[in-house]
Amino acid sequence: MKVVGKSIPKIDGMAIATGKPVYTEDLVMKNALIIKILRSPYAFAKITSIDVSKAEQIEGVECILTYKDVPQARFTLAGQSYPEPSPYDRLILDQIVRYVGDEVAIIAAVDEKTALKAMKLIKVTYEIFEPVFDFEKAIENKSVIHSEEDVHCNFDIGMKKDKNIASSQYIEFGDVEEELKKCDTVVEETYYTQAQAHAMMETYRAFNYIDHAGRLVVVSSTQIPFHVRRMLSIALQIPASKIRVIKPRIGGGFGGKQTAAVEIFTAIVTLKTGKPSIIVYDRKETFSCTTSRHAVKLKVRLGADKEGFIRALDIQGLSDTGAYGEHASTVFGVLGQKTLPLYNKTNAIRFMGDVVYTNKMPGGALRGYGATQGTFALEGAVNKLAEKLNMDPSEIRLKNLIKEGENSLLHYDKMLGSSTLHKCIETGKRLINWDEKYPKVELDDNKVRGIGMAVTMQGSGIAGIDTASAEVRLNDTGDYTLLIGATDMGTGSDTILTQMAAEILETTMENITVISADTDVSPYDPGSYASSTTYVTGMAVVKACEDLKKKILENSARLLDVPKENLEFLGDKVKILNKDDSISIIKLASQMVLGTGKNQLVGNATYGSEVSPPPFIAGFAEVEIDKETGKFELINYIAVTDCGTVINPNLARMQVEGGIVQGIGMAMYEDVRYDFKGNMQTNSFMQYKIPCRKDIKNITVAFEESYEPTGPFGAKSVGEVVVNTPSPAIAHAVYNAVGVNVTKLPITPEKIFIKMRK
Amino acid sequence: MQIVIIINNKKTLLDVELNEFLADTLRKHGMLSIRKACNTSCCGLCTVWVDGKPTLSCSLLSIKAVGKNITTIEGVQSEAENFAKILVAEGAEQCGFCSPGFIMTVLAMKNELKNPTEKDIIHYLTGNLCRCTGYMGQLRAVKKYLGVN
Amino acid sequence: MFTLINLVQPDTVEEAYRVLTEKKSNAILGGCAFLKMGSKRIDTGIELSKLNLNYIKEDDSHIEIGAYTTFRDLEKSPILNYYFNGVIPKSVADIIGVQFRSIVTLGASVYSKYGFSDLIPTLLTLNCEVELFKGGRIPLEEFLKSAYEKDILTKIFLKKNHRIAVYKNLRNSKSDYSILNVSVSNIDSKYIIAVGARPAVAKIAKKASEYLNHGNINEDTLEKASNIAAEELDFGDNMRGSAEYRKAMCCVLVKRALKEVLECR
Repeated sequence: MKVVGKSIPKIDGMAIATGKPVYTEDLVMKNALIIKILRSPYAFAKITSIDVSKAEQIEGVECILTYKDVPQARFTLAGQSYPEPSPYDRLILDQIVRYVGDEVAIIAAVDEKTALKAMKLIKVTYEIFEPVFDFEKAIENKSVIHSEEDVHCNFDIGMKKDKNIASSQYIEFGDVEEELKKCDTVVEETYYTQAQAHAMMETYRAFNYIDHAGRLVVVSSTQIPFHVRRMLSIALQIPASKIRVIKPRIGGGFGGKQTAAVEIFTAIVTLKTGKPSIIVYDRKETFSCTTSRHAVKLKVRLGADKEGFIRALDIQGLSDTGAYGEHASTVFGVLGQKTLPLYNKTNAIRFMGDVVYTNKMPGGALRGYGATQGTFALEGAVNKLAEKLNMDPSEIRLKNLIKEGENSLLHYDKMLGSSTLHKCIETGKRLINWDEKYPKVELDDNKVRGIGMAVTMQGSGIAGIDTASAEVRLNDTGDYTLLIGATDMGTGSDTILTQMAAEILETTMENITVISADTDVSPYDPGSYASSTTYVTGMAVVKACEDLKKKILENSARLLDVPKENLEFLGDKVKILNKDDSISIIKLASQMVLGTGKNQLVGNATYGSEVSPPPFIAGFAEVEIDKETGKFELINYIAVTDCGTVINPNLARMQVEGGIVQGIGMAMYEDVRYDFKGNMQTNSFMQYKIPCRKDIKNITVAFEESYEPTGPFGAKSVGEVVVNTPSPAIAHAVYNAVGVNVTKLPITPEKIFIKMRK
Repeated sequence: MQIVIIINNKKTLLDVELNEFLADTLRKHGMLSIRKACNTSCCGLCTVWVDGKPTLSCSLLSIKAVGKNITTIEGVQSEAENFAKILVAEGAEQCGFCSPGFIMTVLAMKNELKNPTEKDIIHYLTGNLCRCTGYMGQLRAVKKYLGVN
Repeated sequence: MFTLINLVQPDTVEEAYRVLTEKKSNAILGGCAFLKMGSKRIDTGIELSKLNLNYIKEDDSHIEIGAYTTFRDLEKSPILNYYFNGVIPKSVADIIGVQFRSIVTLGASVYSKYGFSDLIPTLLTLNCEVELFKGGRIPLEEFLKSAYEKDILTKIFLKKNHRIAVYKNLRNSKSDYSILNVSVSNIDSKYIIAVGARPAVAKIAKKASEYLNHGNINEDTLEKASNIAAEELDFGDNMRGSAEYRKAMCCVLVKRALKEVLECR
């Protein structure tokens, strides 16, 4: 292949590296109104009175909106395909506030100073309710977080809102309790994963204006332009055709911008005032007034027979979705979907549990999306089982993991299309020197090194739901324009999708212009989440290009007056077989657009897959622990990845390295914490520590390519799977080093020290 | 208050509030490469040079910058591009939001440190946070740029 | 974000002090990194650039460091890298990043008596003296214990001698505040042990220091000294650690610091 499989530099790389003004805040018009939000200081309360009269009188204040000024139709902010599996439990502003930071009033003024001055003059009185913070005490708590009558779901997600349950799920194949009884060895463990923050460098921001045709234009740092358009239409009760959403360059998302945190505020202000408006969340709001990863409690039971085959797997979970349920049911669902199929020698599997409301910032989409939490628990239990069976942890996995061509109880009628996971494990073992180092090496009286491992799977798009379209046009000058709705958030999707087009059309990257993520121009795309862009949008691009190629041949045949079968496509021209006659693409284009052809050629395609082919990673961690303090260094991390065909090796490597480091953050440093009144304590980089440069020692990334038959050029995905292995692999390494099993993330020196002392 | 700051070697008259920080002043003046990403002086994205030294523009009052020579990436474009080419070829800019501040620190490091080791490089750059890349690709690019093994 | 109504840049410390004490809401503008995180309402801000307090100099007996000296200048100073085993640069080198250290000033950091300070325990073991405009030249230890009174810290003094000191800390992420930090110094077998980030501000472990000054130095006595330090000081809980953990770590870090300072002869 000429273009796919090459480390092509990102087409926007130079511009964004050298600080060109291509991000949302750089593009706003000078006179846009500045929006600030007045937020609730209480975790659970009802606004009994709100007086904005003094604030409105301040010169330069354009409008102040309260719950009395907004439409009363509930909606969801979730970036999911319609009909969303999310409760419609939100209003733009609600009389009831459900977490510290929940929105109370929207203030729009000529500048920030005026908006903040006005904010201070708004008088609010609250009736305070008893908040629910502990998700283990939420079910049937006398405090009901969503008692309003008009919360509704598009379809049943198991909501029992009067019990504070946003979603309840139960999947079972076979009889788990019976199977466990038959097992010779059973392990059981309970794990807790913490809420994690996205901490993307560019905070949430959006601006709006009304264009020349009276339409509402939204420019937003978003991952989901099409969902935002639909969401705004529902929330503001205006036709979607009157709304345009544009995504410029954005500074990271990791799932955070899959929930539309801010667009609703600028939209309503611009609609009411007719003026452009912008909102920029500061870091504090980004940490505490948007979303975080769902904190989850998982009880895992694994049963194995005498030969070491895992015959029963039971996962019971409780997930904390906070004040609103955008991603409540789906994150929890993915947790089960990406754990149950991995070990497929099972006779019985079960995943069950509840997702509960609490009075904290909502849980949202964060890279990994439930699979991360599930992997920590499942792999921890598998490692525990290996020890009990006296089996090497890699052996138990090689014996029990699903292989290419096999099925699982969860997907009984679908064979796994591609996997090199077993090879990934072998390669990883070799790279970390597993046989020599397992389980530990004592360095001296005080320092000991241990190694651990974990494997994981994710998905590529949402089977049967994610659908993307692509168009590719042959321009009058013989170059191409590729129109896609996929949202590049720095991942390089604009680049790799162009690579795919260039490969099919046998042309250069420079000959294709990619236009993306503008709902007026782009064909529909769900947006970048669920690891769908390479696989789903990629396949749409491939098919659209093949469609165009077919039309090029058909029309060349017409122009050259030969049967189509006598022609071959050579990228820069179409040639008659066994002859010298040809027509260049440039000439063809000109003829079709301006000359006798009278048919500007466009290829298009819509693609959605019935399967979600899993990428896999085998992760290996080596830690060095100071036994006197519990402090440990992660001296080595190996990640061997199967993402199918690697479309762009440099960019894929970057995804793995970046994701591993986020996973290391979750394993060792990051923790979203609240005080006893529900105030978020970790609302800055000073208190919430993402890994810094000095924390990262050595990460080795390797790829073992499989070939996914349903994927573009054999590709699957890599965006999310990368974050799942560090927590369980590091926990395992710590256990092997000092015999301490930390089951509650993050793994801190103090936790190790205290457990060692016991 | 009216003050004069030298921005990218040009004497510039600016109207600033007393409690205004240099990052805001620079952005208002069109230096849109300056990003405010943290509010707590932790992230390094707003790094500019003050008399050649890398400094957080979000934490320097504009009134304190009077008479100082402030350099932003807009003022060192060709050096920035030299390094950026290597960074981009490595695939090591993802969302790019941290890149300008990072590049300013790298260029300052090149001026300040002769023959840095990998440890020196990591130490110098540690005040520049990145959430996307995991730092490894950036380090590879910097080592290539400085000719360090 | 703090608010500021007026600004002065006085030519003398006297003038600065006069304006400072004129009104309760008048304040010195130091590095401003922490000031901007709060919402203090300042009537007149007093900016001290004209006082030329950004220096590190030495004479025959002392090293003198001006209050406006940045942490980055402390880190790079040839004088401070030479004396005391280079402990001052070592104690500030890991703080956030070079750009941050170019903003944060010695004076603001010491005057604010921050509990998390990595610099204060080191200055304590070096027998640092601070000079306040009104309060005069007093030992840092005394200043830390004194009640709050508006004043201007203009410089610090370190006696030039062959004192050796080490600095140790325990942090989770390397860019985080310390869970606990320790400094130990030794001159002619006289030891000073200081423990900070307790989470309260650093304090000298007097009993532990005295214990060592009057006895033999061996593995047992080092162990005992570190235990005495952990017993005599008090520790608290915060997000970064529990009191129990801090107390245990005090033992470990003090013992390690003592061993290291002994090896430095």
